[in-house]
Amino acid sequence: MTNAAQSTSPLKPTKLNTPVAVEITHMNKWYGDFHVLRDIDLKVLGGERIVICGPSGSGKSTMIRCINRLEEHQSGSIVVDGVELTNDLKKIDEIRREVGMVFQHFNLFPHLTVLQNCTLALIWVRKMPKRAAEEVALHYLQRVKIPEQANKFPGQLSGGQQQRVAIARALCMNPKIMLFDEPTSALDPEMVKEVLDTMVGLAEDGMTMLVVTHEMGFAREVANRIVFMDEGQIIEANAPEEFFAHPKHERTKLFLSQILR
Amino acid sequence: MTMAEGDLAVTELHFVRERAIEAKPPPASMTGAVGWVRGNLLSTPFNIALTILTVALLLWVIPALVNFLLVDAVWSGVDRDACRELVQHREIGACWPFVWERLPYFVYGSYPIPERWRVDVFFAMLAIGVVWLLWLEAPRRDIGSAYFFVVVPLCSYFLLHGFPVVGLPVVDTVLWGGVLVTIVVASVGIVVSLPLGILLALGRASKMPTVRLVSTTFIEFVRGVPLITVLFMASVMLPLFVPEQFEPDKLLRALIGIALFASAYMAEVVRAGLQAIPKGQYEGAMAVGLKYWQMMRLIVLPQALKITIPNIVNTYIGLFKDTTLVFIVGIFDLLRTIEVSRIDPKWAAPVTSTTGYAVAAMFYLVFCYAMSRYARAMEARLATGNKR
Repeated sequence: MTNAAQSTSPLKPTKLNTPVAVEITHMNKWYGDFHVLRDIDLKVLGGERIVICGPSGSGKSTMIRCINRLEEHQSGSIVVDGVELTNDLKKIDEIRREVGMVFQHFNLFPHLTVLQNCTLALIWVRKMPKRAAEEVALHYLQRVKIPEQANKFPGQLSGGQQQRVAIARALCMNPKIMLFDEPTSALDPEMVKEVLDTMVGLAEDGMTMLVVTHEMGFAREVANRIVFMDEGQIIEANAPEEFFAHPKHERTKLFLSQILR
Repeated sequence: MTMAEGDLAVTELHFVRERAIEAKPPPASMTGAVGWVRGNLLSTPFNIALTILTVALLLWVIPALVNFLLVDAVWSGVDRDACRELVQHREIGACWPFVWERLPYFVYGSYPIPERWRVDVFFAMLAIGVVWLLWLEAPRRDIGSAYFFVVVPLCSYFLLHGFPVVGLPVVDTVLWGGVLVTIVVASVGIVVSLPLGILLALGRASKMPTVRLVSTTFIEFVRGVPLITVLFMASVMLPLFVPEQFEPDKLLRALIGIALFASAYMAEVVRAGLQAIPKGQYEGAMAVGLKYWQMMRLIVLPQALKITIPNIVNTYIGLFKDTTLVFIVGIFDLLRTIEVSRIDPKWAAPVTSTTGYAVAAMFYLVFCYAMSRYARAMEARLATGNKR
């Protein structure tokens, strides 16, 4: 696991322009009067795999959604691979092309086939010819082990398959960074493993990943660092062994005692 | 053990299925014609009462209708005497010779007789366009839409209005009438209102306050005013502000009025569809890097329009029938030509008006029912395959 980044896989993610993938400094966000994210500082290096956990409402989803500007922050700065997120639409587009995202509820496009879901952005954003786009899409569908479902509609697949399509869709854009927003929370227990396996494979290829999840087994196996959040703040961050064995903060101890039974 | 089993009074705790239960066909009372009648028409006392009532109603209406339209109808004659009970000494139904003689007027209005072939060509071009566009398996539908949205409107304008250079004398729109006017007004309304309605709906949902304000104001203003008022304003008030030589044609003014009016309604229909699209679809589209217009065109609108098809067609049907209101500003649509003909002294008879109105009813019914059936077929077609 340790040298995963040196894997010889032909699917190695594109190199980042800078050694730092994401740098968040003194970032704050409010919903109206409600201070959801408070003075967030987080630096993610290229190839790092960060798992973010915490109770619901702690702001972990909101934080990673700020990284591709699905949510706007009000103060502080977010720099993604050397590009700072501002109101400049060009920069937002540039970052969204480099950052892939997987959602809790998949957010596949139900009116398009699995293949069309994957080729859409290649054709319209990357301006790739249809044939070439389909080749890329099939390649990644193979990668998530469902090439035979290419011509079905998302509604005809199981939850686990849909989530793997969503991962393939994000990978098609050849992202440098992948964001996962509770990718297994909406799945039946029997489907969680196939999605986690896909994500482990991705980690082994050296993808920079930020994962919001409650799957502590996955965190232990894959993460370089675990970030624990509560009430919009980062409470504790540490390597997984230390984080689970010797949590420092009282809130972390309480959280771990609740979820690890 | 967490709980004493005795408390639950479980008779048998242990059960293991040894053989799977095979699927069997349903009982005979559920299948066949008898089963259908029993299940659907006679299932409860209330249902039985409804069935009897419906049958009675049909028995009352249908024979009367058939008698009037066919059995007692007059099929030949040259003037009112053929359709008068006093002269014929029998029960008189529909007066078809009147319709037959007046049919060209119903179709073309006062369009000059030697030029009427131009209207026929227009009808044919429009029909080809409609079929090409609506028949989903038709070849080269891309050319079909170009034909329908570019070629047909341009050709129709020169064909119907005139183009003296190539020998088509100008026919003033005052002379247009009947089905021609109804079809022109309805198709312009239908073709313009959807794109304009979509833009207004997107504007109303926009994050930009000025765009939102303009769209909302337009929609609410137009929806808050009766169509008749819009038509009056277009035909009576507009000339007060515009110098006479720039004054647009009367029919054109009505067309603009109706198209804008329909757009406002369409905008609200589309907005309802937009609101039904989950936020996740927008986020999914943004996350893969689509820009606003791409997201709307490729992801949001296809889904939103699909679920609003019944409402869009409902608006279209309403619009098609509302075209009859143009008669109030002196334009001779189908209903107006019938209205004028029925008081013609040559055909004055007790059944003339009823016959004329029956023709109008059948015309509108055929068109509206066709739209409704097509929409149902589209819904059924789109519902397969991509269920969520």
